Parts: sequence; structure tokens; C-alpha cells
Amino acid sequence: MTAALEKLRKVALRLLQAVPTVFGILVVCFLLTRALPGDPAAYFAGDMADAESIEEVRRTMGLDQSLPMQFVSYLKDLAQGNLGMAISTGQPVTAELANRLPASLELTLGALVLSFLIAVPLGVLAATRPNTWIDHLCRFLVTAGVSLPTFFTGLALMYVFYYLLDWAPAPMGRLDLMFLPPEPITGFLTIDAIIAGDWEVLRAALAQLALPTITLALFTLAPIARMTRAAMLQAIASEFVRTARAAGLSGRRVLVTYAFRNALLPVVTTLGMVFSFVLGANVLVEKVFAWPGIGSFAVEALVVSDYAAVQGFVLSMALLFVALNLLIDVIYTLIDPRVGEEA
Amino acid sequence: MSVPLLDINRLSIDFVTRNGTVRAIDDISLAVGKGETLGIVGESGSGKSVTSYAVMRILDRAGRIAGGSIQYGGVSLHKAKERDLRDIRGREISMIFQNPRAALNPIRRIGQQVADVLIQHSQATRANAREKAIDMLRAVKIRDPEKRYEAYPYELSGGMCQRVVIAIALACKPRLLIADEPTTGLDVTTQKAVMDLIMELTREFNMSTILITHDLGLAAAYCDRLVVMEKGKVIEANGASELFHAPHEAYTRQLLQATPHRDSNVRDLLPDELRKEAISLPAQRTPGNPILSVRHLRKQFGKPGAEGSHLAVKDLSFQIREGESLGLVGESGCGKSTTSAMVMRLLDTSEGEIEFLGEDIAPVQASKFAAHPLRGKLQMVFQDPTDSLNPRWTAAQSIADPLNRLARDMDSKAREQRVVELAGLVGLPINLLNRFPHQLSGGQKARVGIARAIALQPKLLILDEPTAALDVSVQAVVLNLLEDLKHRLGMSYLFISHDLNVVRLLCDRIMVMQNGEVVEEDNASELLDNPKTDYTRSLLAAIPHPPETGKSAERASV
Repeated sequence: MTAALEKLRKVALRLLQAVPTVFGILVVCFLLTRALPGDPAAYFAGDMADAESIEEVRRTMGLDQSLPMQFVSYLKDLAQGNLGMAISTGQPVTAELANRLPASLELTLGALVLSFLIAVPLGVLAATRPNTWIDHLCRFLVTAGVSLPTFFTGLALMYVFYYLLDWAPAPMGRLDLMFLPPEPITGFLTIDAIIAGDWEVLRAALAQLALPTITLALFTLAPIARMTRAAMLQAIASEFVRTARAAGLSGRRVLVTYAFRNALLPVVTTLGMVFSFVLGANVLVEKVFAWPGIGSFAVEALVVSDYAAVQGFVLSMALLFVALNLLIDVIYTLIDPRVGEEA
Repeated sequence: MSVPLLDINRLSIDFVTRNGTVRAIDDISLAVGKGETLGIVGESGSGKSVTSYAVMRILDRAGRIAGGSIQYGGVSLHKAKERDLRDIRGREISMIFQNPRAALNPIRRIGQQVADVLIQHSQATRANAREKAIDMLRAVKIRDPEKRYEAYPYELSGGMCQRVVIAIALACKPRLLIADEPTTGLDVTTQKAVMDLIMELTREFNMSTILITHDLGLAAAYCDRLVVMEKGKVIEANGASELFHAPHEAYTRQLLQATPHRDSNVRDLLPDELRKEAISLPAQRTPGNPILSVRHLRKQFGKPGAEGSHLAVKDLSFQIREGESLGLVGESGCGKSTTSAMVMRLLDTSEGEIEFLGEDIAPVQASKFAAHPLRGKLQMVFQDPTDSLNPRWTAAQSIADPLNRLARDMDSKAREQRVVELAGLVGLPINLLNRFPHQLSGGQKARVGIARAIALQPKLLILDEPTAALDVSVQAVVLNLLEDLKHRLGMSYLFISHDLNVVRLLCDRIMVMQNGEVVEEDNASELLDNPKTDYTRSLLAAIPHPPETGKSAERASV
């Protein structure tokens, strides 16, 4: 019981450590957009505006005030969930993000789960049977995964499965136009469809998800499989696995409880890193599959220097990273008793 | 011993390496009877561990039994199936390993690791495994076994971890225990406790034991019979006392000779031909003026009174005179390494003076000492000859490093010459200077470490267990080298070790430390022959005592 409390205390302590990071992100995010070239006031006022109306816009936007004052009002707006208006779409940034973030997350998480499910068993098998066909297959997939750019795999998959075989639906967004999206609750179409009990929609959403998910999964498979294989090899060669074998423990017990649990630690770390790659790679995949995600939104906003939108995007991404790192640390604390002990 | 419990007959083992097949074990035969304790003694590379892995059939992938047979109680282990072996391992034959902390799963509670074995071999059900594991922990004399069941290996000391490994090995009451260097790296007192525990339990369970060790003294003290191995072959096998008293083979004799014991002096360790060549040592040494005076040295880790704070060194004072060797002895955690790090100015002091060559260097910050003019006069030789060398530097680069940093007035030509000269001083063949550490043997790496330390002609050399990682025969040569260098170069030594027999060989005076304090200090012979404190006595008593020989009397008369 005390052990559980102790763990809880460690987790809470780690959560507290995230507070300064979040504040730092807010500051950087705020300064970054102020440093962007171009005058937002002139942009907002429109092409026909004269100097006076630009000044007018500047005042209403609060851009005439000092930087610290601007920061305070930025924080005030933020506290109310107000991230400003996106010029390119004319919608509040908050609404845009709330719409698009789940689309991106659904894609990214789906890809990560898929690649994790394939890569980890593959890496484990490759490590336990070195120089067999499974080891070679692992090596081939890893090489292919790192050397093929995502837009290429995306297009290739589309060509084969949509154009040639016609197995996949048209790569046009999250749901075929024939279907009505379910009541948005989580924003994840698949989950909302399950909640609504609409199996037809679920099938259609999954069909749309399949190709982009596979594209991203192929990309993320490589580092995870490689790390799993390396960590497993190291764990198998370790002295405690030798002890376990010498004590006559069954092969499965040695492999799972002794080798794999230890090998999992670096794999979890890699997973966190891979997640950040994928958010970057997302932009390309979203473009190729016309996916209404946050990546394509950000690229469009950047092109027209829509600073509220960019700010909102950077902020949400940064917060996502912080949350993710927190999650990884918490998982780490839970599986490795040594974390946070050597202070 | 009609039918032996374990019978190894003409066993050969090959290892497949990148450079072709290497024969690690070459046609060896040995047997262990019921209730017998067999010692397998040999230096690194002798194949003693490989033999035991072959018995357990846990050789790594590259190893292969190339010939011969291993019979255990009617089972042919050398061709048994993996599934059958699993029932034999842990239940019939088990094993204890060197480096106990690494031998335990770092992220699993130690009690569960014991319970795993019990459940595997149907000695316990899930319901009572915990209870039985706790009983086993109690049997290996772990205090508070109910509480310790929940502990992770990193929370326990090395000695405690070894007890857990023993508990795992003996949980199912096997009939044969193989102990592979079970006490290497542990303090003498812990070594004694662990060895006594193994002997007590194996006797209680009526088990046979194979003790694999590089320490002849340890093997002779605990075993009925001894087998000496060298380069994959059995050199000699005999009863422990017979082998110790009357070794037949030259290699055994050399090994016996190289093992320091109570009444050997440093030259005795060398093989005859080397001893003849050695320079004669002055019989009486008169130390000169003090070069190092440490007064009231203290080191406090953490804030006093705070949780986890620790007073590592308490009010320590000592002197080292010119040409003198001072031994610093104690168990791990006694503060000897902290003391040496402070003298070496690698660690800031909390209080006290360190007067070196007339100057108090204690106030100099540890991070700034590298630029101090006295830095070159104070050098250190480290415990692990491999880890203390940069793996990407050749021997010559390592030796030249202090010259490059501190002898600015030397030109590159002079430096090169000095490196060659230093190699000659420490007996490192010149053609090895271009090699990298992994291409050198342990003894050669130790020589590189010593050459690097003496490059700037230091006045004081701090030796931190310089031979702990070496084989006895190499240790003998390195100890003699250190003794020669001291006289030729007029250095003083601060020699840190837990091995009293080694300290005795090199040191004029010995200081025994416990819990950050000096408990006893005296001339080496006086302290070791007539210890005044119980602590020193317990340290001395913990040194394994081989069966008494007539040798000490014999040597006295020579």
C-alpha cells in the first residue's frame, strides 16, 4: 500500500515539474509569432486600408501596447480558451483546432498502435532467432521504413490499392461523402461511430483510415523494431537472464518477465521520440490523402502568415509533446523502480 | 566415491569466432562425488567458467560441445534436450555467479525472483510461494525477510545480493551447486560470510559443490579436492591439502608462489627466473621528511542532519613521508576512496588541511586543481586498468597525455622520447606502444596506467586497488614493478586496498579505516601480527586460511 502511495507521489512530483515547461512554451510561442515578418494589423485591415484604419485595427488588436502588456492580455484570452481568429478560414482558431486535432490524432495514434503491434513482436522474434528469415525480414522492413519517404509510400499504396485494385475508397478526407458523420463526442470518427452504434460509418471511417495509417506505420515501424531488437539482444545477453536460465525457469518466463520487461524501457523511450517524428511526417501524409488534420491547417496558415492560427498550432503541438513526455515518464516510473531514486 | 554424481569425460568445447574456431576446453576429465566440494582454480582464460556453463548447458550461441561426455546421475547432459535440461537446472544443478548485482533482474522484487524458481519447479504454488520464498531468504540469513521480499536489487549491498542469488540457487534443494567466483569483488569479511553460508547450507542439504575461483587460498580453505586449469586443460588434480603442500606441476607451483600470503615478501611472488633478475631492495629504509600531512579532514555529503546526508570521513589526520608507503585498508563504504579522492583533489573537502610539499591544497577547488603547479607531483593509478584508459587512444597517446597537458616546455620530440623511456621503465615492450587498449592484456594495460602516472615524476602516487582486477601471476609482476619504481624514482605511495596480504607486501605503515575513522595505525608487520583492535582482528580472520602447511616454518629457516 505504501509502495503504491510512493509511486503516486513520484508521479505527482513529475506532473508538477511540467508547470515551468508549459509556461516557457507560452512565452516562446508568444515571442515567436511577434518575431515573424509582416504586419498583422496591415494584413487584417485589408488591401484598401489607409494608415489611419491600420492604426485603428492595431489598437483594437492591442498591438500598440508594450510586449509585456500584450503577453498579459494573451494569457487572459488563453485562460478563456480564446486563441483569436484564423484569417484564412474566418473561424475561431480554437474551433478549428478542436475540429482538426482529433483527425490528426486519430491518424497518428492509429499508426503508432499499428506499428507498435507489428514492430515489437518482430523485434523480439528477430532478437531471439538471429540470422533466420524473421531476422532478415526485420532488417528488410527497417531499411525500407527509413529509406522510403512517406509521401512516396502514400502515393504507391494509393496507386496499388485504390487505382489498380480498387480495394480502398477514394483518398478524400476522413469519411466518404455518402455517409453522415456521427454525433461528435470525442472527435475520433471511429470511436464516435462505435458510441453511436453505427457500424456502417465505422467501416467507412476505418476504410478511409487504412491507407494513411499504413503509410505512417511503415515509417514508424523502423525505429521501434530496431530498438526492440537491440534492447532484446542486450537483455538476453545479460547476466540476470543467464541466472534465470541457470535456475531452470521456462523459456517463456525468461523471455517475458526477465528479458522483455527490461528491454521495454528503451522501447518506451523510442516510442516517445517516434511520436514526435510522426507529427512532423503527418503534414505530408495529410496533404497526400486530403486529410483535414492539423498539419495541413498549419501549413496553409503559415503561407498566409496567419499568426493567430500558427500560434495556436505551435501551442497545441507543444502542449501535446509535454503531455506525451509526461506520459512516457509516468510509464517509466511505473515499470522501472529505480527511476527517481538516485537523487 | 564409487559412482560420481557428476562425471565429465574427455570434454572439449569450441567457440566459433570471426577468426575461426577456437578450442576453449581441450579434452578435460573431472568428477565430483556426492557431498564433495571440488575447487576449480585457474587464471582468466583457463576455461574454468566455460566448463561450468557446459555442465549447465548455458553456453552462449558461439560455444559448442565438440567432444566428450558429461554424465550427471545417469543423464547425459551433453546431449540432453532443452526441455529436459530445464528440469535439471535449478532443481538438480544450480549455479551462483560472480557480480551478484548484475545477476539479478533489476526491475523485479528479489522475493519474486526466488518465488519464480519455486513455482517453476513445483516446490510451491502461487498461494504459498511468497511464504516459501521468505523462508528461503531467512535461510540465507537476510535480516527482516518479510520486508526484504519487496526490495529491488539496487536497494541491497553486493553481499546481500549474493545471498539472494544463493537463495535462488538453493531454493529447490539441488544436489549439485556450482559457484562461479561467488565472492570476487566482495570485501574480505563479506567473502567469509558468503563462503561460510554456502558451506553451511550445502552441508545441511547434503549437496556437492564446485567452487570456481582464481584464488588458490580461498579454494584450498573450502574444498576437499582441487583441480588446476590452464588454457583449457587440467594441469593438476589432487586433494586440497596435498596440492597445496606438494604441488607436482610447475604451473601450480608458480600459481601458489604468486598468491600473497602471510609471510611472503614481494619478491617471493615472482617465478624463479624473474626473481634472479630483479634488483635488490634496500633492507632498511629510512623515510625522509613528511611530504603529505593531512589534518582533521572531514567530508560531509548532503546537508548535516538532512535525509540521506552522510559523514563519509570524520576528522582524519595522517602523514606520508618521502619514500614511504602508507596502506589504507577497510571495507567498502569505510571512506577510503573518498579520502583518496580528496587528497587527489578530485573532491572538495568539507573541513581540514591537506598539506602537500609545504602547501595547503585543501582550499583549491577540485575543478581548478588541474591547473595547479603541484598537480604533476600528485598522480593516481586506478583500479580497473581497462576502464581507466581511453579506448580510442593508443598506449603511447595515453602515456603522453599528462606530458601534453602539464609539461608545456617539452617539445614533441622530447615527449616522444620520454614516452619510450617510460615504457622501458614499466617494462612495456616498445612495439606495443601503438596498440589500443583492447589489443593489450590486463597486465600490459596496468603498465600503461602506471607509466602514465609516473610520466611527470610525481612525488606521491595514489594507488587505488591497482591489482584487484588482475590475475595473481600478473599481480605479482605488477606489485614488483611498483616496488622497483618506488626505489628507483623515490616516490611515496598511498596504497588503497581491501587485501591485507597485498598491502603487507608494499607498505611500511598501515592505517585501518572503519566508518570514516582510523581505528588503528601502525607499522605494517606490527599491525598485522599484533592487531590491537577487534576490527583489525576480524579483517585478518576473514582472510581465507588454507590448510596449515609446513611451509611457513620451512621459509623461516631458508
